[in-house]
Amino acid sequence: MTRRLMTGNAAAAWGARLAEVDYIPAFPITPQTEIIESLSEWIDREEMPGRMVTLESEHSMITAAGSAAATGVRVFSATSSQGLLYAMEMLYTVSGWRAPFVLANVSRGLASPITLEPDHNDILAARDSGFLQIHCATCQEVLDSTLIAYKLAEDPRVRLPVIVNLDGFYLSFTREPVTLPEQEKVRDFLPPFDAENMMFRASSPESQAVAVLGGGPYSYFRYETHLAAQNALAVYDEIADEFEQHFGRRHDALESYRCEDAEYLFVMMGSFATKAKEAVDRLRDAGWAIGLVRPRLLRPLPREALQRVLCNRSAVAVVDQNLSMGMGGVLHSEVTSVLYGQPNAPLLASFIGGLGGRDIPSEEFFQIATVLRDAVKQGSAPPPRLLYTGNELREVRNLQAIAKVERTELERDRGEKDDE
Amino acid sequence: MYRIRFHGRGGQGMKTASRILGSAFFLQGYEVQDAPRYGAERRGAPIFAFVRADKAPINERGIIVKPDLIIVADDTLVPVPAAGVMGGADEHTILLINSHTDVAEWQGRLNYPGPIVVLPAPEEVTDRAEMPFVGALCAGAAAALCHVINRDSLQQAIEQELGHLGSEILKKNRQRALHAFDLIRETRTEVVEGIVADATAWHAPEWIELPFDDARTAAPVIHAADNTDALKTGSWRTMRPVIDYQRCNKCWWVCSTFCPDGAIAVEEGTPVIDYDHCKGCLVCVAQCPPHAIEAVAEHTAAAEEKKS
Repeated sequence: MTRRLMTGNAAAAWGARLAEVDYIPAFPITPQTEIIESLSEWIDREEMPGRMVTLESEHSMITAAGSAAATGVRVFSATSSQGLLYAMEMLYTVSGWRAPFVLANVSRGLASPITLEPDHNDILAARDSGFLQIHCATCQEVLDSTLIAYKLAEDPRVRLPVIVNLDGFYLSFTREPVTLPEQEKVRDFLPPFDAENMMFRASSPESQAVAVLGGGPYSYFRYETHLAAQNALAVYDEIADEFEQHFGRRHDALESYRCEDAEYLFVMMGSFATKAKEAVDRLRDAGWAIGLVRPRLLRPLPREALQRVLCNRSAVAVVDQNLSMGMGGVLHSEVTSVLYGQPNAPLLASFIGGLGGRDIPSEEFFQIATVLRDAVKQGSAPPPRLLYTGNELREVRNLQAIAKVERTELERDRGEKDDE
Repeated sequence: MYRIRFHGRGGQGMKTASRILGSAFFLQGYEVQDAPRYGAERRGAPIFAFVRADKAPINERGIIVKPDLIIVADDTLVPVPAAGVMGGADEHTILLINSHTDVAEWQGRLNYPGPIVVLPAPEEVTDRAEMPFVGALCAGAAAALCHVINRDSLQQAIEQELGHLGSEILKKNRQRALHAFDLIRETRTEVVEGIVADATAWHAPEWIELPFDDARTAAPVIHAADNTDALKTGSWRTMRPVIDYQRCNKCWWVCSTFCPDGAIAVEEGTPVIDYDHCKGCLVCVAQCPPHAIEAVAEHTAAAEEKKS
């Protein structure tokens, strides 16, 4: 067991390597990540077995991943942002095959306009695809979650593909100390995949769900997938216990930080949640009874655990690093539905922050806490708020002013040319 | 917690510098976070990298708004607003500049609130292969200002981060970095760890309600399509390609075709480089069949230009 500095990208690659994956289909070009670069280097240098094949798109990559998984081998792949969207059709398709594999996604904001920085609209677009989702907050979690994800995906009670999500830049390019488990110990925790009746072979062809079905049988297969995803909650808890026994680290489906006596809670996903953790520590220093709740599992959503931890609090702020146009924060919607009809549900406030990697400084967390306290005093939830300052709008207005001047000059020049 | 920010241009090794410093801290028993930060542009564009180091696990993430130490590898970045070199600096923030210009001159030029340390720039960089050492140099200097890092850890960190480049390159980097380390230690300046945020007294963010703008304003459409001309990307250049017209065989197409920025025009059969927009990638130098294009350090070329 060694502890070393590594990026989230490296941690994901190490997860795949330690899981002793057999096959890695990869689209090799932007927005592909260093995850695939590291794995290809290791395979080239014969430091890990397994086979990597490059495909011409993420769509083909996921098709190859699902097909290979249907043969019963262990499969890994990785993508990011627009790549995940390009694969979207096949995400839905292969999850229906009930072929388990693990996909790492480096979360980044989507076009348009373009950004390279993180938010969660890419991964949330895959929310209803049938893939389970684990959201990471640290590089250590990226490695550990990859191992957990295989055990979860391959469990006979589940057998669904899993996405391990890590935020672009904040994890993908950021090095932190990561404990690298020993291969033997990993093998003990995650034995080779027992594929049971999965035997998609060249010599004995099968068809993966190609029959066109009416609503009755169709509903059966869709709902079976839903039941499998729901099973994954209890299975996940077992795996988390087992993981802790093996490696001494605990990764609950729902992380609760300093919640015991908390009157107020932040709810956040992903790496920005560690910023909230820092803010919780500072607010606790200043006498606040406040904590952080972070769903690591988004699908399946740990409903009951959320109800247990959120009810009987004064107020809860959901900070969404995503935006559903015409509705608001996705996590806020999910939490609202979880709390509907619950006795002693808290006041629920919605904040949108961190879109396209926009920073959330500590003062904003402090201010959110103040908003919660004021809301409790007034007895009603505040309206949803985008974390956005006057300075930021002034910056945009300046850019717009420049654009306008340029446009005017351009039109004048063109006009003069036309006159000539 | 130490919060340290490196500023340089793409290609100057700021990511490597942050990693060397990060590893040195880690070897000294610190919890560490190091990361580069950049946009879509690469070589020559302003980039930064940062290092956080603390005895306790680190929960802060992302950009460092209030740094304890700012390292500037390329002093031409100081006046570039987009680089934001001095952002968040206060009286305790040390500004370390790799520069030919001395401390007094920088103090005069900048309205900088904290101590300034100048790392004397190495002798004119004329060989492109020498460029990567700027990163190691800056890492060495930064390590010297953090008194908790000793020489051995710095040396070991450089071996960890650059060992894969081969013993010769490693040796040169180590020499440069240790030299910078010794030089800067002599200044007896020490980085002071910044304070943690205080949740009893803070400046409330000036949140606003974002107004609705109609789509003629709020669609991210760039109307002035030919505005790239206005952005003088030539200022990113660290090396300048110079055509020797005696050797140029007037093939009229190789350099201009390969130029990824369309910065070489052929005028009556003769290639002419647009230095306002040439980023100095040196693809033309590599492609020119009669080797008629030479790479000259930008400093040297600019000095020559002034003379003539």
